[in-house]
This record gives sequence, C-alpha cells and structure tokens, in this order.
Amino acid sequence: MDDRDTLIQLKGVGFSYGDGRAVLSSLDFTLLKGQRVGLIGFNGSGKTTLLHILMGLLRPSAGVVRLFGKTVSKEKDFVEARRRIGFVFQNADDQLFSPTVIEDVAFGVLNQGKSPNEARGIAIETLEKLNLKGFEDRLTHRLSGGEKKLVSLATVLACRPELLLLDEPTTGLDLETCGRIIEFLNELSITYLIVSHEYDFLVKTTREIYSIQKGAVVYNGDSSILHSHYHAHPTGDILHHHEQ
Amino acid sequence: MIEEVFATGDSLMHRLDPRVRILAALAYSIPVALVSRPIPMILALVLSILITALARLQVKALFKRLIVVNSIILLFWIVVPFTFDGETIFEIGPLAATREGIIYAASVTIKSNAIFLAFLALVATMPVAAAGHAMQGLGFPVKVVTLLLLTYRYVFVIEEEYNRLLRAIRIRGFKARTSLHTYRTYAYLIGMLFVRSWDRAERVHQAMKCRGFEGKFYCLTQYRVSLEDIFFSVAMSVGVCAIGMTEWMIAIH
Repeated sequence: MDDRDTLIQLKGVGFSYGDGRAVLSSLDFTLLKGQRVGLIGFNGSGKTTLLHILMGLLRPSAGVVRLFGKTVSKEKDFVEARRRIGFVFQNADDQLFSPTVIEDVAFGVLNQGKSPNEARGIAIETLEKLNLKGFEDRLTHRLSGGEKKLVSLATVLACRPELLLLDEPTTGLDLETCGRIIEFLNELSITYLIVSHEYDFLVKTTREIYSIQKGAVVYNGDSSILHSHYHAHPTGDILHHHEQ
Repeated sequence: MIEEVFATGDSLMHRLDPRVRILAALAYSIPVALVSRPIPMILALVLSILITALARLQVKALFKRLIVVNSIILLFWIVVPFTFDGETIFEIGPLAATREGIIYAASVTIKSNAIFLAFLALVATMPVAAAGHAMQGLGFPVKVVTLLLLTYRYVFVIEEEYNRLLRAIRIRGFKARTSLHTYRTYAYLIGMLFVRSWDRAERVHQAMKCRGFEGKFYCLTQYRVSLEDIFFSVAMSVGVCAIGMTEWMIAIH
C-alpha cells in the first residue's frame, strides 16, 4: 500500500474523558484516498470524539494517529494537517461565526493567505456550486437551519480540502435539505468520512459502512447491498424480511 | 434582539463609506458634548436634524427612539433644576427651581439630542457587521472589533438558548413569584446560559482552528473613498468648525 494514498491511519487509539470513562479503546481505522466511508454508532459511542482526535482538537491517551502518511502528535503537526482536511461541525451555529455568509465562506481561504479579491471569487464560486447563489450578503444568524448547514458545507469546501469529515450532517434537517446534501455529496470527487446515526443517509452517500462499537471500529459491509435495498422499498417502514 | 431598522436604505448617508461616517460621528460628538453656550448648541442641533433628514430614516422608528432617550433626560428635569445653586425662579412647596439649573437641564437636553441624532444618522445607518469592518479599517484594536462582531453574531444564539430554557421552565408550571424558588430558578437559568455560552465559545474556536485560524483576522471588505465621501467630510468639518468658532467667539466677548 502506497503511503501517499493512506489519508487516515489510526493504530490502537484510546481515549478517556477526565472522569476516567473510556470512550475509545485500541481503535484501528484506515481511510484510503477515494474512499467514501460512513461511520455509524449510538449516541455517546465516541463518533464525534474520533473526529475530534483526527482534527487534533482532542489528544488520544494511547495509540498513533497518522494523517497523509505522517505521524501527527503535536499542535504544529495538526495545524499543517488541518489545511488539507475539511471538517463540518455537527452544529452549523458553531461553524458560522461571521456576520455575513460571504465572510464566513472566505474566512478559511483568507487564512490560507489568499488575497481578499481571490478569496471573494473562490467563496462566490463555492456558493454557486451549492446552489446558494445570491446568499453572499445574507446574515448568517438569519438563515434557516437547512441554509445554515449548506453554507457551513460551503465554508469548508471553499478551502479545497483533500479529505472531508462530516459530523452528523443531517441533524435537525428537513427531507429536502437532506436530499440536497445527498445529491451534492454524490457529485463530489473528494474522499470523505461521514459520521452519523442515520443508516439511510449513510447508505445513500457512502460506499462502505463501519460501525463504532465498544470503543472500536467494526466493518459492516458494502453499502451497495443496502443501496439496492433502499430502492426496492421506498416505503421502508413496512415490516419485511430479507434472505442473504 | 438587535433589529437594525435603519441599517438598510439608499440615502446619501447609507451610501457614504462607513469609515467616514464613524470618524464623522466621533469628530462631531466630542466637541458638541463640550460646548457650553446656547448658540453653538442650537447650531449643533440644527446640523444634526439636517443630517438626520439626509439619512431619510423611518419617522415612526425615529420618534420611538427619541422618546426612549428623552424619557431618561426627563429624569434630569425632575432633579437638576431643584438641586442647582443659583437664582430662584419658582418654588414648589419646599423645592426651589433655579435659573442655572434649568439652563443646565436644557443644555443637556439639546446636546444629548444633537449627538443622538447624529449617531442615528451616521452610525445606525450601517449594519453592525459593516461597523465592525469599518472600525478595523480605521485601525481600532483587533480584539475590540472581534469582540463586537462575535457578540453581535452570538447574542442571537444565546437569546434562542435563553428562550428554550425559559420554555422548558414554563412547560413545567413555573410562575415567577417573590420566593426563594423563583430566585433559585432564575439563578440556574443565568448560570446555565453562562455554561452553554462557554461551551459554545469553545466549539466556535475549534471550528475556526479547523479552518486554519491562528489568531489573526483578515478583512474581506475593501473600501474606496468616493467623491461624496470627500464632500461630506468637508461639510462636516465646516460644521464642526462653525460650532467651535461660535463657542470661542462668545467666550472672548
């Protein structure tokens, strides 16, 4: 396996909170370039913790984190890795801190050292891709929940990341916005890892699904099987049984 | 929570560069606050009314705000005329209103209204966000500007959180009374807001770090000074000078 194609590699990662409660223990996980992976788990199973460890917002108590083929352990290593990873937070209000949409979308781009004009251009282009044309001067706090989510996706994509991490992207969204996000993710060509507790959403956006159980990651299967299943039963709430 | 009713419009005031307007408001209000003679005060009030007219603010909203300001000034009128030393003009029971007291209260009224109108016309006519950027453009400390912009952004979120908590309390039959239970509930409510705001601040900072924030803000807005800005700046300078000159002329006579 080429080291360059391994975007994420976790070996024996453990994490406990201050009160001694272990959330993750000897967790192994690998994400290769081009993969679209879903990670499912119950509330409190450590899904978000795992993402925060990947972004360097939390430090593991054990194990090794490798990003883009390099071992990362210090803040400096993570600062560099964060430039290449886009992280969409669960709550859009945490992500969107600027008064206007355009400023928020341009924020990461400006941090990369681009000029204000370039940043504005990239921001507008990104908004257009997400069908958010004309949102530039809207005030972030006056957007609807769905709009906030789409804009926060734009703020991350404007930085042109090589890897996208999404934390519960569907929380509190209506079906239409969910549909837009699904459509958009399927058009994207970058590698991504989505953490969610909604199986249906993961089936429609990812190829492989893992679950997080007792602090470790377990492979569940190819989502294409579940995908055909989804199409076969548009009314999936009717009780039914399948044979493998 | 913050309505910004005057922030949008297409008057001359709305078109002016926010930096010019903030500077003008500061350069105008300080001398106006300092003048002590009636003529320059009235001159200032006339000038303020003139720029307010130029801003074409919604009349109803404007008067609503003027009433708020002047009801505070009314408190001055109840106290100041009767507590100032000087020549007695009339008496109400044991209280004596002095000429000096009345003049003082009147000057406070005129000056406050003049400065208030100028700020409405010049500063309230821009969104808070634009004010922040203009301040950054004028070289205000980054921390002050950041504080202003983040407060503006999150005051709505905190308000929403407050309303959610209040609903949760009310749903369970809470009614505000003069009791320890009421005080304790309100204390919990406020405490909870602080805790949540703290957590929120931490998450926002994390999200900013994830997008490459390293403590320095880069401004997206680029300003250009137009001909209108120059004309306005000259006119305001003339106005401020005229107020200062009349004050000075009367003082030496």
